[in-house]
Amino acid sequence: MSTGILCVSHSKKIAEGLQDLLAQISSDVSKTFSGGLEDGSIGTSFDDISKALEANPAERIFAFFDLGSARMNLEMAQEMSDKDITVFDVPLIEGAYAAAALLQAGAKEEDILKQLDELKITK
Amino acid sequence: MDGKQALRFLNGFNEAVQAHKEELSLLDTPIGDGDHGSNLARGMQAVMDAVASDENAPAADLFKKTAMALISKVGGASGPLYGSAFLGMSKAAAAGKSDGEIMEAGLEQILKRGKASVGDKTMVDVWTPAIEALKAGNLTDEKIEEYVLATKDMQARKGRASYLGERSIGHIDPGSRSSGYLFESLLASEKEA
Repeated sequence: MSTGILCVSHSKKIAEGLQDLLAQISSDVSKTFSGGLEDGSIGTSFDDISKALEANPAERIFAFFDLGSARMNLEMAQEMSDKDITVFDVPLIEGAYAAAALLQAGAKEEDILKQLDELKITK
Repeated sequence: MDGKQALRFLNGFNEAVQAHKEELSLLDTPIGDGDHGSNLARGMQAVMDAVASDENAPAADLFKKTAMALISKVGGASGPLYGSAFLGMSKAAAAGKSDGEIMEAGLEQILKRGKASVGDKTMVDVWTPAIEALKAGNLTDEKIEEYVLATKDMQARKGRASYLGERSIGHIDPGSRSSGYLFESLLASEKEA
Protein backbone atom coordinates (compact mmCIF):
# COMPACT_ATOMS: atom_id res chain seq x y z
CA MET A 1 0.00 0.00 0.00
CA SER A 2 1.45 3.34 -0.96
CA THR A 3 1.65 6.25 1.44
CA GLY A 4 0.93 9.82 0.42
CA ILE A 5 1.67 13.19 1.95
CA LEU A 6 -0.73 16.03 2.80
CA CYS A 7 0.66 19.45 3.71
CA VAL A 8 -1.44 22.21 5.27
CA SER A 9 -0.22 25.77 5.66
CA HIS A 10 -1.86 29.05 6.60
CA SER A 11 -0.22 30.55 3.55
CA LYS A 12 -0.97 29.73 -0.07
CA LYS A 13 2.59 30.68 -1.03
CA ILE A 14 4.17 28.45 1.62
CA ALA A 15 2.10 25.53 0.31
CA GLU A 16 3.11 26.29 -3.27
CA GLY A 17 6.77 26.68 -2.34
CA LEU A 18 6.71 23.44 -0.40
CA GLN A 19 5.14 21.71 -3.38
CA ASP A 20 8.08 22.87 -5.56
CA LEU A 21 10.57 21.77 -2.93
CA LEU A 22 9.12 18.29 -2.49
CA ALA A 23 8.68 17.77 -6.24
CA GLN A 24 12.47 17.80 -6.62
CA ILE A 25 13.00 14.77 -4.44
CA SER A 26 9.84 12.67 -4.50
CA SER A 27 8.39 12.34 -7.98
CA ASP A 28 6.75 8.99 -7.19
CA VAL A 29 5.10 10.02 -3.90
CA SER A 30 1.52 11.28 -4.14
CA LYS A 31 1.33 14.68 -2.48
CA THR A 32 -1.51 17.16 -2.06
CA PHE A 33 -1.47 20.62 -0.51
CA SER A 34 -3.85 23.06 1.12
CA GLY A 35 -2.65 26.61 1.71
CA GLY A 36 -4.62 29.64 2.91
CA LEU A 37 -8.29 30.34 2.48
CA GLU A 38 -10.30 30.07 -0.75
CA ASP A 39 -9.82 33.79 -1.46
CA GLY A 40 -6.05 33.46 -1.08
CA SER A 41 -5.89 35.13 2.33
CA ILE A 42 -4.11 33.70 5.37
CA GLY A 43 -5.86 30.93 7.27
CA THR A 44 -6.82 27.29 6.88
CA SER A 45 -10.04 25.94 5.48
CA PHE A 46 -11.65 22.71 6.63
CA ASP A 47 -13.36 22.38 3.24
CA ASP A 48 -10.14 22.89 1.29
CA ILE A 49 -8.16 20.51 3.52
CA SER A 50 -10.86 17.85 3.06
CA LYS A 51 -10.65 18.32 -0.71
CA ALA A 52 -6.86 17.99 -0.69
CA LEU A 53 -7.16 14.90 1.47
CA GLU A 54 -9.64 13.18 -0.82
CA ALA A 55 -7.72 14.27 -3.93
CA ASN A 56 -4.69 12.34 -2.71
CA PRO A 57 -4.82 8.87 -4.33
CA ALA A 58 -3.10 7.20 -1.35
CA GLU A 59 -5.17 5.58 1.39
CA ARG A 60 -2.39 5.95 3.97
CA ILE A 61 -1.59 9.61 4.55
CA PHE A 62 1.18 11.37 6.45
CA ALA A 63 -0.14 14.84 7.26
CA PHE A 64 1.90 17.93 8.12
CA PHE A 65 0.80 21.40 9.22
CA ASP A 66 2.30 24.72 10.26
CA LEU A 67 0.36 26.33 13.14
CA GLY A 68 -2.15 25.13 15.73
CA SER A 69 -5.40 26.09 14.07
CA ALA A 70 -4.31 24.23 10.92
CA ARG A 71 -4.01 21.19 13.13
CA MET A 72 -7.58 21.57 14.38
CA ASN A 73 -9.01 21.80 10.86
CA LEU A 74 -6.78 18.93 9.77
CA GLU A 75 -7.97 16.74 12.65
CA MET A 76 -11.61 17.45 11.82
CA ALA A 77 -10.97 16.46 8.21
CA GLN A 78 -9.21 13.35 9.51
CA GLU A 79 -12.22 12.38 11.64
CA MET A 80 -14.55 12.71 8.67
CA SER A 81 -12.39 10.77 6.23
CA ASP A 82 -12.07 7.01 5.69
CA LYS A 83 -8.37 7.28 4.96
CA ASP A 84 -5.73 6.12 7.41
CA ILE A 85 -4.11 9.40 8.46
CA THR A 86 -1.30 10.24 10.86
CA VAL A 87 -0.82 13.90 11.81
CA PHE A 88 2.73 14.81 12.79
CA ASP A 89 3.78 17.40 15.39
CA VAL A 90 6.90 18.32 13.51
CA PRO A 91 8.08 21.44 11.66
CA LEU A 92 6.13 21.54 8.40
CA ILE A 93 8.98 21.88 5.93
CA GLU A 94 11.58 19.62 7.59
CA GLY A 95 8.96 17.00 8.42
CA ALA A 96 7.34 16.85 5.00
CA TYR A 97 10.76 16.90 3.33
CA ALA A 98 12.09 14.04 5.42
CA ALA A 99 8.94 11.98 4.88
CA ALA A 100 8.93 12.60 1.14
CA ALA A 101 12.60 11.69 0.76
CA LEU A 102 12.20 8.50 2.80
CA LEU A 103 9.01 7.43 1.03
CA GLN A 104 10.69 7.98 -2.33
CA ALA A 105 13.62 5.87 -1.17
CA GLY A 106 11.23 3.08 -0.19
CA ALA A 107 11.99 3.23 3.54
CA LYS A 108 9.87 1.13 5.90
CA GLU A 109 7.08 2.95 7.72
CA GLU A 110 8.51 2.23 11.18
CA ASP A 111 11.83 3.77 10.17
CA ILE A 112 10.10 6.86 8.81
CA LEU A 113 8.04 7.24 11.99
CA LYS A 114 11.20 6.93 14.08
CA GLN A 115 12.97 9.60 12.10
CA LEU A 116 9.98 11.97 12.24
CA ASP A 117 9.71 11.42 15.98
CA GLU A 118 13.17 12.97 16.36
CA LEU A 119 11.85 16.19 14.80
CA LYS A 120 8.93 16.48 17.20
CA ILE A 121 8.10 19.92 18.56
CA THR A 122 5.34 21.41 20.70
CA LYS A 123 2.97 23.51 18.64
CA MET B 1 -33.80 24.19 25.26
CA ASP B 2 -36.45 24.67 22.61
CA GLY B 3 -35.82 25.94 19.10
CA LYS B 4 -37.21 29.39 19.87
CA GLN B 5 -34.73 29.90 22.68
CA ALA B 6 -31.91 28.54 20.53
CA LEU B 7 -32.76 31.10 17.84
CA ARG B 8 -32.80 33.92 20.42
CA PHE B 9 -29.42 32.66 21.66
CA LEU B 10 -27.90 32.56 18.16
CA ASN B 11 -29.41 35.92 17.21
CA GLY B 12 -28.08 37.50 20.39
CA PHE B 13 -24.59 36.09 19.84
CA ASN B 14 -24.58 37.21 16.22
CA GLU B 15 -25.62 40.75 17.19
CA ALA B 16 -22.90 40.90 19.87
CA VAL B 17 -20.23 39.59 17.50
CA GLN B 18 -21.19 42.02 14.73
CA ALA B 19 -21.33 44.96 17.19
CA HIS B 20 -17.96 44.06 18.74
CA LYS B 21 -16.22 42.86 15.60
CA GLU B 22 -13.53 45.53 15.78
CA GLU B 23 -13.00 45.14 19.50
CA LEU B 24 -12.44 41.38 19.06
CA SER B 25 -9.94 41.90 16.24
CA LEU B 26 -8.14 44.62 18.22
CA LEU B 27 -7.78 42.27 21.20
CA ASP B 28 -6.35 39.68 18.79
CA THR B 29 -3.81 42.12 17.33
CA PRO B 30 -1.13 42.28 20.08
CA ILE B 31 -1.26 38.56 20.94
CA GLY B 32 -2.66 36.89 17.82
CA ASP B 33 -3.18 37.51 14.14
CA GLY B 34 -5.77 40.26 14.41
CA ASP B 35 -8.63 38.49 12.70
CA HIS B 36 -10.78 37.07 15.49
CA GLY B 37 -13.56 39.65 15.10
CA SER B 38 -13.74 39.55 11.32
CA ASN B 39 -13.51 35.74 11.24
CA LEU B 40 -16.24 35.24 13.79
CA ALA B 41 -18.44 37.93 12.24
CA ARG B 42 -18.16 36.21 8.85
CA GLY B 43 -18.93 32.85 10.45
CA MET B 44 -21.94 34.09 12.40
CA GLN B 45 -23.31 35.83 9.30
CA ALA B 46 -23.15 32.44 7.54
CA VAL B 47 -24.86 30.86 10.55
CA MET B 48 -27.72 33.35 10.46
CA ASP B 49 -28.14 32.74 6.71
CA ALA B 50 -28.22 28.98 7.35
CA VAL B 51 -30.84 29.12 10.12
CA ALA B 52 -32.94 31.98 8.70
CA SER B 53 -35.68 29.71 7.36
CA ASP B 54 -35.80 27.45 10.42
CA GLU B 55 -38.29 29.13 12.72
CA ASN B 56 -39.74 25.84 13.90
CA ALA B 57 -36.60 23.73 13.93
CA PRO B 58 -35.48 22.12 17.20
CA ALA B 59 -32.41 23.48 18.98
CA ALA B 60 -30.34 20.41 18.04
CA ASP B 61 -30.83 21.08 14.29
CA LEU B 62 -30.05 24.76 14.67
CA PHE B 63 -26.85 24.06 16.59
CA LYS B 64 -25.75 21.49 14.04
CA LYS B 65 -26.23 23.98 11.22
CA THR B 66 -24.36 26.54 13.30
CA ALA B 67 -21.47 24.12 13.71
CA MET B 68 -21.24 23.31 10.01
CA ALA B 69 -21.35 26.99 8.99
CA LEU B 70 -18.65 27.94 11.51
CA ILE B 71 -16.40 25.03 10.51
CA SER B 72 -16.70 25.94 6.84
CA LYS B 73 -16.58 29.73 7.02
CA VAL B 74 -14.12 30.68 9.76
CA GLY B 75 -10.47 30.43 8.76
CA GLY B 76 -8.89 30.77 12.20
CA ALA B 77 -8.92 28.63 15.32
CA SER B 78 -12.34 29.91 16.34
CA GLY B 79 -13.96 27.96 13.47
CA PRO B 80 -12.98 24.47 14.60
CA LEU B 81 -13.30 25.40 18.28
CA TYR B 82 -16.74 27.02 18.20
CA GLY B 83 -17.82 24.57 15.49
CA SER B 84 -16.86 21.56 17.60
CA ALA B 85 -18.57 23.15 20.61
CA PHE B 86 -21.84 23.57 18.73
CA LEU B 87 -21.66 19.96 17.49
CA GLY B 88 -21.42 18.80 21.10
CA MET B 89 -24.19 21.20 22.12
CA SER B 90 -26.38 19.86 19.33
CA LYS B 91 -26.14 16.32 20.67
CA ALA B 92 -26.88 17.42 24.24
CA ALA B 93 -29.85 19.52 23.09
CA ALA B 94 -31.23 16.52 21.17
CA ALA B 95 -31.00 14.50 24.39
CA GLY B 96 -33.10 17.10 26.21
CA LYS B 97 -30.30 18.25 28.53
CA SER B 98 -30.36 21.45 30.60
CA ASP B 99 -28.68 24.64 29.36
CA GLY B 100 -25.75 24.02 31.71
CA GLU B 101 -25.32 20.47 30.45
CA ILE B 102 -25.60 21.65 26.85
CA MET B 103 -22.76 24.10 27.35
CA GLU B 104 -20.78 21.45 29.20
CA ALA B 105 -21.08 19.16 26.17
CA GLY B 106 -19.74 22.05 24.10
CA LEU B 107 -16.79 22.54 26.44
CA GLU B 108 -15.91 18.84 26.22
CA GLN B 109 -15.51 19.20 22.46
CA ILE B 110 -13.45 22.41 22.85
CA LEU B 111 -11.11 20.59 25.22
CA LYS B 112 -10.81 17.65 22.85
CA ARG B 113 -10.14 19.87 19.85
CA GLY B 114 -7.90 22.52 21.38
CA LYS B 115 -6.23 20.46 24.14
CA ALA B 116 -6.11 23.51 26.43
CA SER B 117 -6.47 23.40 30.21
CA VAL B 118 -7.80 25.94 32.70
CA GLY B 119 -5.24 28.73 33.11
CA ASP B 120 -3.82 28.51 29.57
CA LYS B 121 -5.43 31.89 28.70
CA THR B 122 -8.01 30.51 26.28
CA MET B 123 -11.79 30.40 25.95
CA VAL B 124 -11.70 27.44 28.35
CA ASP B 125 -11.07 29.97 31.14
CA VAL B 126 -14.50 31.48 30.53
CA TRP B 127 -16.43 28.32 29.63
CA THR B 128 -15.30 26.36 32.71
CA PRO B 129 -16.39 28.75 35.50
CA ALA B 130 -19.42 29.97 33.50
CA ILE B 131 -20.76 26.42 33.18
CA GLU B 132 -20.21 25.79 36.87
CA ALA B 133 -22.22 28.92 37.75
CA LEU B 134 -24.83 28.15 35.11
CA LYS B 135 -25.44 24.71 36.58
CA ALA B 136 -25.65 26.24 40.07
CA GLY B 137 -28.24 28.68 38.73
CA ASN B 138 -26.26 31.79 39.62
CA LEU B 139 -24.49 32.92 36.46
CA THR B 140 -24.74 36.68 35.85
CA ASP B 141 -23.35 39.13 33.29
CA GLU B 142 -21.09 40.52 36.04
CA LYS B 143 -19.59 37.09 36.69
CA ILE B 144 -19.03 36.53 32.98
CA GLU B 145 -17.18 39.85 32.77
CA GLU B 146 -15.04 38.80 35.74
CA TYR B 147 -14.05 35.54 34.00
CA VAL B 148 -13.18 37.39 30.79
CA LEU B 149 -11.06 40.02 32.59
CA ALA B 150 -9.27 37.33 34.61
CA THR B 151 -7.56 36.14 31.39
CA LYS B 152 -5.66 39.45 31.23
CA ASP B 153 -3.06 38.45 33.83
CA MET B 154 -2.58 34.93 32.53
CA GLN B 155 0.33 33.81 30.39
CA ALA B 156 -0.79 32.06 27.21
CA ARG B 157 0.18 28.41 26.91
CA LYS B 158 -2.00 27.51 23.93
CA GLY B 159 -2.73 29.09 20.59
CA ARG B 160 -0.93 31.80 18.67
CA ALA B 161 -0.42 33.92 21.80
CA SER B 162 1.71 31.17 23.38
CA TYR B 163 4.58 32.08 21.03
CA LEU B 164 4.78 35.41 22.90
CA GLY B 165 5.43 33.80 26.29
CA GLU B 166 5.41 36.40 29.07
CA ARG B 167 4.56 39.13 26.58
CA SER B 168 1.06 37.70 26.38
CA ILE B 169 0.41 38.86 29.97
CA GLY B 170 -1.58 42.08 30.23
CA HIS B 171 -3.92 41.41 27.31
CA ILE B 172 -7.44 40.01 27.50
CA ASP B 173 -7.75 36.79 25.51
CA PRO B 174 -9.94 37.46 22.44
CA GLY B 175 -11.53 33.99 22.43
CA SER B 176 -12.48 34.50 26.07
CA ARG B 177 -14.03 37.87 25.20
CA SER B 178 -16.16 36.35 22.43
CA SER B 179 -17.06 33.43 24.71
CA GLY B 180 -18.24 36.01 27.25
CA TYR B 181 -20.64 37.36 24.61
CA LEU B 182 -21.82 33.81 23.94
CA PHE B 183 -22.71 33.19 27.59
CA GLU B 184 -24.33 36.65 27.92
CA SER B 185 -26.49 35.78 24.90
CA LEU B 186 -27.42 32.48 26.48
CA LEU B 187 -28.47 34.21 29.72
CA ALA B 188 -30.54 36.74 27.78
CA SER B 189 -32.21 33.95 25.79
CA GLU B 190 -33.25 32.29 29.06
CA LYS B 191 -34.77 35.49 30.47
CA GLU B 192 -36.95 36.17 27.45
CA ALA B 193 -38.55 32.73 27.66
